[in-house]
Amino acid sequence: MSDARALGFNDLRRITCKDLYFIEGQLSQETCRQLALKLLIDPVTQTCSWDELPALPFVLEPDTVMIEVSFLPGVTDPVAEQIIRAAHELGLEGIHRATTGTRYMVNGVDQATAKKLAARLLANTVIQQWTIGEITPSFPEETESSGVVESIPVRNLNDAELLAVSKNRRAALDLAEMCAIQNYFINEQRDPSDVEFETIAQTWSEHCVHKTFRAKIDIQCSNPESRISNIETVDDLIHTYLKSATDEINAPWVISAFVDNAGIIDFDDEFEVSFKVETHNHPSAVEPFGGANTGVGGVIRDVLGVSAKPIANTDVLCFGPQNLNPNSLPDGVLHPRRIQSGVVSGVQDYGNKIGIPTVNGAIAYDEAYTANPLVFCGCVGIAPKGMHRKNPEVGDRVIVLGGRTGRDGLRGATFSSMTMDAQTGEVSGASVQIGDPITEKGLIDVVTRARDLSLYHAITDCGAGGLSSAVGEMASSIGVEVELANVRLKYPGLAPWEIWLSEAQERMVLAVPSQNVPALKNLSDTFDTELTDIGEFTGSRRMVIKHNHKVVLDLNNEFLHEGIPQRQLKAVVSNQLSLVDTTVHGLPTISIKETLLKLLAHPNIASKAEVIRIYDHEVQGGTVIKPLTGVEADAPSDAAVLKPIGTKGTRGIVLSNGMNPEYGKQDAYRMAIAVVDEAIRNAVAVGADPKRIAILDNFCWGDSLRPETLGSLAEAARGCRDAALLFHTPFISGKDSLNNEYLGADGQRHAIPPTLLISAMGLIDDVNQAVTMDLKEADNDIYLIGKFQPMFGGSHFSIITSQAINESVPDVHEITPKVYKALHQAILSNLIRSAHDLSEGGLAVAASEMCIGGRLGMKIESNMWNDAVRVLFGESTGTLLVEVRKHDKEKFLSMVNDLPLEWIGTVTQANKLDVFIHGFNVLNVSLSDLIAAWNTPL
Amino acid sequence: MKPRALILQAHGTNRDLDVLNALTLAGADPIGVPLNELRNRKTLFRDFQLLVFPGGFSYADALGAGKLLALDLTSYFVDEISAFVESRKPVIGICNGFQTLVKAGILPRNNVIASGDHPRNDGVTLTFNEQGHFECRWVMLKPVSQKCIWTKGLGEFITCPIAHGEGNFQVDSECRISDIEEQIALTYIWADGSPANGEYPINPNGSIRDIAGICNPQGNVLGLMPHPENHIFDYQHPCHTRGETGNSGLKIFENGVKYAAQM
Repeated sequence: MSDARALGFNDLRRITCKDLYFIEGQLSQETCRQLALKLLIDPVTQTCSWDELPALPFVLEPDTVMIEVSFLPGVTDPVAEQIIRAAHELGLEGIHRATTGTRYMVNGVDQATAKKLAARLLANTVIQQWTIGEITPSFPEETESSGVVESIPVRNLNDAELLAVSKNRRAALDLAEMCAIQNYFINEQRDPSDVEFETIAQTWSEHCVHKTFRAKIDIQCSNPESRISNIETVDDLIHTYLKSATDEINAPWVISAFVDNAGIIDFDDEFEVSFKVETHNHPSAVEPFGGANTGVGGVIRDVLGVSAKPIANTDVLCFGPQNLNPNSLPDGVLHPRRIQSGVVSGVQDYGNKIGIPTVNGAIAYDEAYTANPLVFCGCVGIAPKGMHRKNPEVGDRVIVLGGRTGRDGLRGATFSSMTMDAQTGEVSGASVQIGDPITEKGLIDVVTRARDLSLYHAITDCGAGGLSSAVGEMASSIGVEVELANVRLKYPGLAPWEIWLSEAQERMVLAVPSQNVPALKNLSDTFDTELTDIGEFTGSRRMVIKHNHKVVLDLNNEFLHEGIPQRQLKAVVSNQLSLVDTTVHGLPTISIKETLLKLLAHPNIASKAEVIRIYDHEVQGGTVIKPLTGVEADAPSDAAVLKPIGTKGTRGIVLSNGMNPEYGKQDAYRMAIAVVDEAIRNAVAVGADPKRIAILDNFCWGDSLRPETLGSLAEAARGCRDAALLFHTPFISGKDSLNNEYLGADGQRHAIPPTLLISAMGLIDDVNQAVTMDLKEADNDIYLIGKFQPMFGGSHFSIITSQAINESVPDVHEITPKVYKALHQAILSNLIRSAHDLSEGGLAVAASEMCIGGRLGMKIESNMWNDAVRVLFGESTGTLLVEVRKHDKEKFLSMVNDLPLEWIGTVTQANKLDVFIHGFNVLNVSLSDLIAAWNTPL
Repeated sequence: MKPRALILQAHGTNRDLDVLNALTLAGADPIGVPLNELRNRKTLFRDFQLLVFPGGFSYADALGAGKLLALDLTSYFVDEISAFVESRKPVIGICNGFQTLVKAGILPRNNVIASGDHPRNDGVTLTFNEQGHFECRWVMLKPVSQKCIWTKGLGEFITCPIAHGEGNFQVDSECRISDIEEQIALTYIWADGSPANGEYPINPNGSIRDIAGICNPQGNVLGLMPHPENHIFDYQHPCHTRGETGNSGLKIFENGVKYAAQM
């Protein structure tokens, strides 16, 4: 009801929902009764009735419309599968097929409004069908694949015709790439089959080969006083800016960076830990639950793909404003409220059910995310050292483990590389699906045991591009032959290219020596996981795919994996404010108290408890610092700390993140440096050793074929490099999601702001020394540590006062790494009672959050500052508030030595935040007002 | 000799290792056995003195939490589980395990009947949380039963997390609650020990009488929604950085293991 009201359905009086189960077969009344009472309902809380379809005409109450919703054919319906299995277990005969649905009785609106309600809220036509009145359900069917293979003539086409082929098959290939394909097949003296064409399109997709990041880019600067020379050519952004930084830092504890499915670092003598963050933006835009759900499932498989056991998830989400006027929605776009609730449920469903704690994350809101929500899913894994094998051998069997293959997720890799439009939801319905976390749990059980028994030579996950990508990558240095008829299918009529490209979830591919297959089969049977042998790794250096013994694909490995021409792109770096640091005098006159309360209630800053609490953050028993902390467990932790069960000693993992789209809008270079700093600072605040932090990048940008967009992307990448070198913090993994744009029916392009997520994974030697951000005891001193340079460029202050303040975004001072080192020493000496980073909203917000956490007050006094507004609300990088006992003062000061540090006040028993500047009481706000504002997002 | 504990791993179990750790720490010799392995070797049950139904999402909670695993139990293991329960060996079902014990009829009254028989209704259930969604938060528990071998003699409160969407304990009629009054083992309380009285989030799911766990009439079978296995180390306590420790969940397992050692 509340969702319906929020979408503007104000006349609605009541909705009642009933679960529908459609059972097909020879069913007696007794069978129906048994099935209903024993299986379908909870007799204490539910009632049921059954009828033969079509049922008699319904007599509805006045003013009531009945809407029924059921799944489209081909969409996974795990409940229906369980009904068949369980009925068999119960000994109930005659049941052939089952499917499920929902009936809504909508009271108080007319039929036209009910139709709108169904379309906007009750059903998503990407995966469901709905109707007014009684629905005709569609049942899953079982048949064989269609076997139809088409030839795609390319040899005699001109440029325009080549591009038309790319467009018609939604391949997202440009002319140079199409020409490379044409040349290859001219040499082969034949045309490609559809299997071959689709395989090349997938292998060469932006998603799989990052062609923008690997392009040769001419960067031009529109401002002669720029920080970079006028025209610069960058050959491959990843190598030039990210990988090179990692190489230069050359940290001995980095085990794998940028080559495996996940980045890997040392944990201790026995274990290594891995971390990967993926995005699932486009699917989440059209089907939020399924998109986020399979995003989580996908990144978990990445970690499983480096033979690690997944131990923690992270999720960072960007949405449009929750109170957006439904009438201002672009055509074909779901309301942000619906996207958020679907995405959050999707994350919850997968993480909770598979039993991995979701421990760190963030949510950011901006109108520009309305049509292009961002869903970043991260996963951390742990594995015994040296057990991950990644070289398949000639003669190994190609083994698929896990779920069956359906039409789901077709062309996801190329879909994610395109700009969306109003039709995207319909056309790309097949690109989205719903996950099955329990099947993936079985995969974890089987793979970790198979790893310990050394049963396989290589493993990778089926993600974007499906078997084509997974098998193709594994065989890229040797060769492979696959029989598609052996792939187990969920349902009917898949063409060979569909089987090969399907992105059906919960599948892993393993290279298994044939003598080990029986042992692996044993394991997979024990954990109810299907195992299929689909072929053999060969020494041919070719990929050969057959369908019922007929060759449908025969490609040279070198062409497939190295044949893509490097893109040549142009970028423009536009005039940026930060080229000259600007500071504005004469800020708007505001009430400091009101401003603070408004900031605390701003959706970007306010409590995310409603979301955090529906994620299980305790399963696996290792969560030492939880996402919410303090006396009432309602204050925001800077980072999560985990002590993985099964590890010896006291060492733990620290997880944090940094992201700031507001800075991104203004200055991509400084934004990148600032978010690297923020991620590191958050980790250091809870006790991570700054010498042992690794970071991951996730770039989400608009269409980078536009030179300005590519310019800001290149600037952000350059910022990443400079920040990594400054902090001596290596990148170990990264991903990009470009083309986050939406072409509205209005002809306008809706692009997201440059959004860079930096995820950090650090180590803490003794989890018992972890520090939280809640104030601990009255009378302790509060210090501001780090170079404090509050600025208003990109600040949340300028958002809530709606006044564009012409200032640059804050830079990171070069002394900052030393500050973090000193702070870490102080934490190791148990001198820090609490620590909290200054981020969105500045010092006043940070101080308020510490008060809320400790249910204590703070009195800030300073005679150094002049401009209260700037000091309280300006945003600065590299700084934290720390709480120190009075008797530890000398020790603490000696550790900080001559680094920037300022005593700013004390913790008080009084339940308020008090600020005095030059003796003037500029702010006096009660703790209860702070708590109320923080817990009530506007 | 350490008592041997059997942890049943079903399709979708996920807190099996958590409870394995707790039982090890409590002095038992626990082992996780997949359900399919047990089906092939039903005599295995006899080798154990303690039986655990751990937390998780068996069969993804399809058709109701614990429902399909309960069906498995009543289809394959009626005799084995009845024998285990009747021999007064300690049995514990946590979260999904509790849901399973209730849906299988093992709680509240050892009324486990083979799945092929007539539909059964004991009049109690664990249904959707009153708030309408899954929730993860720490709660305070009062061990109230002196009959239950798992909670007997525990003077101190226990604090540990809950993580469930279907933990709302309900009965089909008011008279039913007096039937099981004696079997209430754990209740949700405020930090000062006073009853939650249904107040959210102290009682996190709306359970009648603030019930967090119940035992069978004999006291050897305990089912509970919260996760004492996730509070066995000081560093797991949400306020450990404030110097707060204690109220560990380990004592429940120590009680069970001590009792199992006598079997």
